[in-house]
Amino acid sequence: MIELSGIERIYEVGASPVRALKGVNLTIHRGDYVSIMGPSGSGKSTLLHILGCLDRPTAGSYRLDGRETADLPEVELSRVRGHQIGFVFQFFHLVPRLTASRNIELPMVFAGVPVDERRERAGRALEVVGLTARADHRPDQLSGGEQQRVAIARAIVMDPSVLLADEPTGNLDSRSGGEIVQLIEGMNARGLTLIVVTHDPVIGGRARRWVRLADGNVVEDKVPDESPARPVGPLKAS
Amino acid sequence: MSPVDLAGYAAGALRGHRLRTGLSVLGVGIGVASVILLTSLGEGARRYVTGEFATLGSNLLIIIPGKTETQGMAPLVSTAPHDLTREDAAALLQRVPQIRRVAPIAVGTAAATAGSRSREVTVIGATHEILDIRHLKMASGRFLPPDLPDASVCVLGARVQRELFPDQNPLGRWIRIGDWRFRVIGVIEPRGTSIGMDLDEVVEIPVGTALRVFNRSGLFRVLAEVGSHSDLGTVKQSVIDVLRERHAGQEDVTLLTQDSVLETFNQILGVLTAALAGIAAISLGVAGLGIMNVMLVTVSERGREIGLLKALGATHRQVLVVFLVEAAILSTAGGCLGLLGGLGSGRVLEHLYPDFPVQAPHWAIVAALIVSCSVGLLFGILPARRAARLNPVQALMRRKA
Repeated sequence: MIELSGIERIYEVGASPVRALKGVNLTIHRGDYVSIMGPSGSGKSTLLHILGCLDRPTAGSYRLDGRETADLPEVELSRVRGHQIGFVFQFFHLVPRLTASRNIELPMVFAGVPVDERRERAGRALEVVGLTARADHRPDQLSGGEQQRVAIARAIVMDPSVLLADEPTGNLDSRSGGEIVQLIEGMNARGLTLIVVTHDPVIGGRARRWVRLADGNVVEDKVPDESPARPVGPLKAS
Repeated sequence: MSPVDLAGYAAGALRGHRLRTGLSVLGVGIGVASVILLTSLGEGARRYVTGEFATLGSNLLIIIPGKTETQGMAPLVSTAPHDLTREDAAALLQRVPQIRRVAPIAVGTAAATAGSRSREVTVIGATHEILDIRHLKMASGRFLPPDLPDASVCVLGARVQRELFPDQNPLGRWIRIGDWRFRVIGVIEPRGTSIGMDLDEVVEIPVGTALRVFNRSGLFRVLAEVGSHSDLGTVKQSVIDVLRERHAGQEDVTLLTQDSVLETFNQILGVLTAALAGIAAISLGVAGLGIMNVMLVTVSERGREIGLLKALGATHRQVLVVFLVEAAILSTAGGCLGLLGGLGSGRVLEHLYPDFPVQAPHWAIVAALIVSCSVGLLFGILPARRAARLNPVQALMRRKA
């Protein structure tokens, strides 16, 4: 359960402050599937960073699973990022010198999970994304789609409550992009809250709830009438 | 994050930049090696000098004629010291019970000639006692006889023997020193330099003969061997009392003990070693700057990775420690390399100059390792803090790998 109220984010850039978010109110329920859309500069990345506790709002309140995060100390925020939130990035962000399975283990390393348990959980996560055979490959030996699947395995391995995906298909061809979307939608079907930030209407349109940002404000927040059809197969290239 | 995970992660990162890692390690290695090598040399010098003194024995009292002391007024009566004589030496042996042996010594230089060969030698006038007091060993023949202080016999140093009698047995042959003829009765075993006097290059003759050859009335010095080291203090006073009595109430001798000389040399050479260590430590400091530089580059290159680690739940402290450990690994590896290099080149020196004891002091080895590790930590702090403070959002936005 995510509750944002009156979220503002002001950057000090040069002499004049830039107001990236101007009082955003948003409540997202557990297990929801939300797309956050908007042109570049609309504040959607800033919102994503605040949702992911990578950035703090200048003003306003952000309650995650009932706990106020805005005034949590840095160490606690790290814990929240490690345990409650999974990130999927446009550029995958895998550590190039580590194998797929070691990359997936990283969050558990920082959380202090013992080695044996780490190996086992990484193995299971690889199975979920269907890459068991690639466990010992380094990122440069994997295709873009495979790299993103490793990143997804890494995002879910700590069993978070929220999966934040930032343009998850932005760097992939439409075929692998479609596979990735299906993969994360499958996770949402099993109860994981899924928030996808994108400027691609095809991807964003698949969500159960559409939030549209413009100029730092929520300008549209709707649940489309018709339950969107979920065509299995390639999506239109973005 | 367990230590194993930390070390593994840091080592993996370092393996990614082999050349850069190698050069930083080399830098620290050179610093540590120079600390070890230079302190080895300083320590070697100290051991060499103290070793030389130790061959004399620690319970030796050296009596030198003349008082080295500044006095207030120019005296009206001449205070030219009395000669130190053989009779003085005999009196000391007789009247100071703790003195076991005395060795009166006279010294001069003269040309020694055997047949057509001639060379300048240091002539030492001595008695039989010097053999034991200086721990000399005979290569052949016998030493100066105990009871004949005026005999015309001589004992040759090893090199004198080699040069005056190459490939011949000198025993029983005659050599000429100045206007005097001496029969060779023995050769001393080669031994090398001892306190600035090369015993291989001397000719020893009976002390009475020596005084006549050089036309002197006084001795160069008297060595007195005391039964036990702990008696030295009381013996000193007794010696002064006896000699003052014999020298018309004047205290005109100087007494030296091994201890005082040794102590002084020890101090001087200890300071020298420390100074050398200090100079070498500068290079270690420079190597530390090298590590800092490399780590700063690493941090700015791996901004995206740092952002990622934070997004995955790494705390400020964990990121800090990851980069500190990287720096510590660099410098500790360098420390080990330098240790091997320093000890190795010490061995090479030892091989080249076998007489000079090159040995790294234990404190230097331990200190070099500790210091090298702390150099990494110290110079790693700034880059590691920079990494830990990186704003994850900005770090992740960097597009470059």
